[in-house]
Amino acid sequence: MKLVICAGPATTGKTAVLRHIISRLLRDDQRPAFLKIDVQYAEEDEILAREFGIPTRKCYSGELCPDHYNAMVLGDALEWAGAEECDILLVETAGLCLRCSPYVDGALGLAVLEATSGMNLPLKVGPMLSLADVAVITKIDRVSQAEREVFRAHIQNAAPEVQIREVNALHGIGIDPLVKSVRETPEAAEQLYLRGNPPVGTCTICVGKKEVGWQSHFGVIRALDNQVFYRGQ
Amino acid sequence: MIETITIIGGRSRSGGPEAVERIELKMGDVVSIVGPTGSGKTTLINDIELFADDNTPSGRRVLINGERPLDEYRIDPAHHPIALITQHTTFLSDLPVDEFLATHARIRSGSRSQIDEMIDGTLAFANQLTGEPVPLDARMTELSGGQARALLIADATIICDTPIVLLDEVENAGIHRKRALELLREHRKIFIFVTHDPRIALLSDYRIVMKGGAVTHVLTTNAEEHELCTRVGQLDDFLSRLREKIRLGERLTAQEAEVLS
Repeated sequence: MKLVICAGPATTGKTAVLRHIISRLLRDDQRPAFLKIDVQYAEEDEILAREFGIPTRKCYSGELCPDHYNAMVLGDALEWAGAEECDILLVETAGLCLRCSPYVDGALGLAVLEATSGMNLPLKVGPMLSLADVAVITKIDRVSQAEREVFRAHIQNAAPEVQIREVNALHGIGIDPLVKSVRETPEAAEQLYLRGNPPVGTCTICVGKKEVGWQSHFGVIRALDNQVFYRGQ
Repeated sequence: MIETITIIGGRSRSGGPEAVERIELKMGDVVSIVGPTGSGKTTLINDIELFADDNTPSGRRVLINGERPLDEYRIDPAHHPIALITQHTTFLSDLPVDEFLATHARIRSGSRSQIDEMIDGTLAFANQLTGEPVPLDARMTELSGGQARALLIADATIICDTPIVLLDEVENAGIHRKRALELLREHRKIFIFVTHDPRIALLSDYRIVMKGGAVTHVLTTNAEEHELCTRVGQLDDFLSRLREKIRLGERLTAQEAEVLS
């Protein structure tokens, strides 16, 4: 089973990109399955099941961090896709807090970013971008050539190892190289490991203590004047 | 170095072969793509932008210098040789104009003097296309439609060093079209306009005519059309003057039309 993990902020076009990938995989006689991980609402699974008749599923992380939840359920999901006799599992997840990243070693990590979200976005999204294999830039026809180029340069600065693919997901332009990357992904290993280190995040707010002000808390805490912090990898 | 782009015909929407089998665009050409709405103009532009290789619905292939483009051109956006401006293209940044242009110029060039030169050149270019000069300290989002469009074209021509510029119906936004084409011709690039505008079509070297998803023929602008173009220009300028007077709140008189006879 090949594993593809697709992350990115809301409304960037993750599903539109995956839809084009799925249609090309089906054309090549591959059997993709689709899992959507979201916080509390998603309908992409129903839409893609209706459109392509492939096995799809969704799950909600609820009170858990979606990226942590992703790490907990991926093993089950691979088993499910195997039982459905699929050979590629596409996981779509909302990267939300910008400290974790959902990618695992040996799986293809796609970060979907939209060119319309401002030239500095690549500098803001941390390991969601820097630990991906491919940064997929959508909505490229909407912004000036200048912003497109600066956006691209900022990705190259923030994540020099990440490949950049510009796509127009409405018309399916630029999708073929992504499908090639999916096809070249190796079989997922028995024991999977997260690609990045989860952030330090254990303070007493995490466990429900509601007082405002660092003086009321213990664990990993930080004051306004202490700006030494986690920057991702 | 890119010297030519070749479009190898595919099939029309009904599945038949495209009437024109091969079109060669040479560096320095100014080309128009014309045809009714829905005739496939934007699809042709997309095929060019994508360097189609019989992998799009049209089945067309696009070659560079007569050969299949290097993967570098096709896949790595940093080496993609095409700048695209569509009706939807806009500036989203709210940076001041000078800072915005400097940000773009900086990723294109190393030296401060070159950056200044690019900014000055871009501004001078844009200001010849629009009636209202672009103020350097205005925010990008405060520019008028005409100013923004002029700056998009100027930026894509001067700061971007792509040898091919695609302009998809950009004529609607109050820019001086004749001046635009004169200025573009000073740069040795391939300019491709998708257009409904007779003036742009006649100022082009030739026009690619489309119907039903396919190229039906290619018309080189002939001597008669060149001559007619002057007259079309007068008509167009006449309408521009009327537009300007209406814009300024003036009343029009019967005399306005006397220049036409």
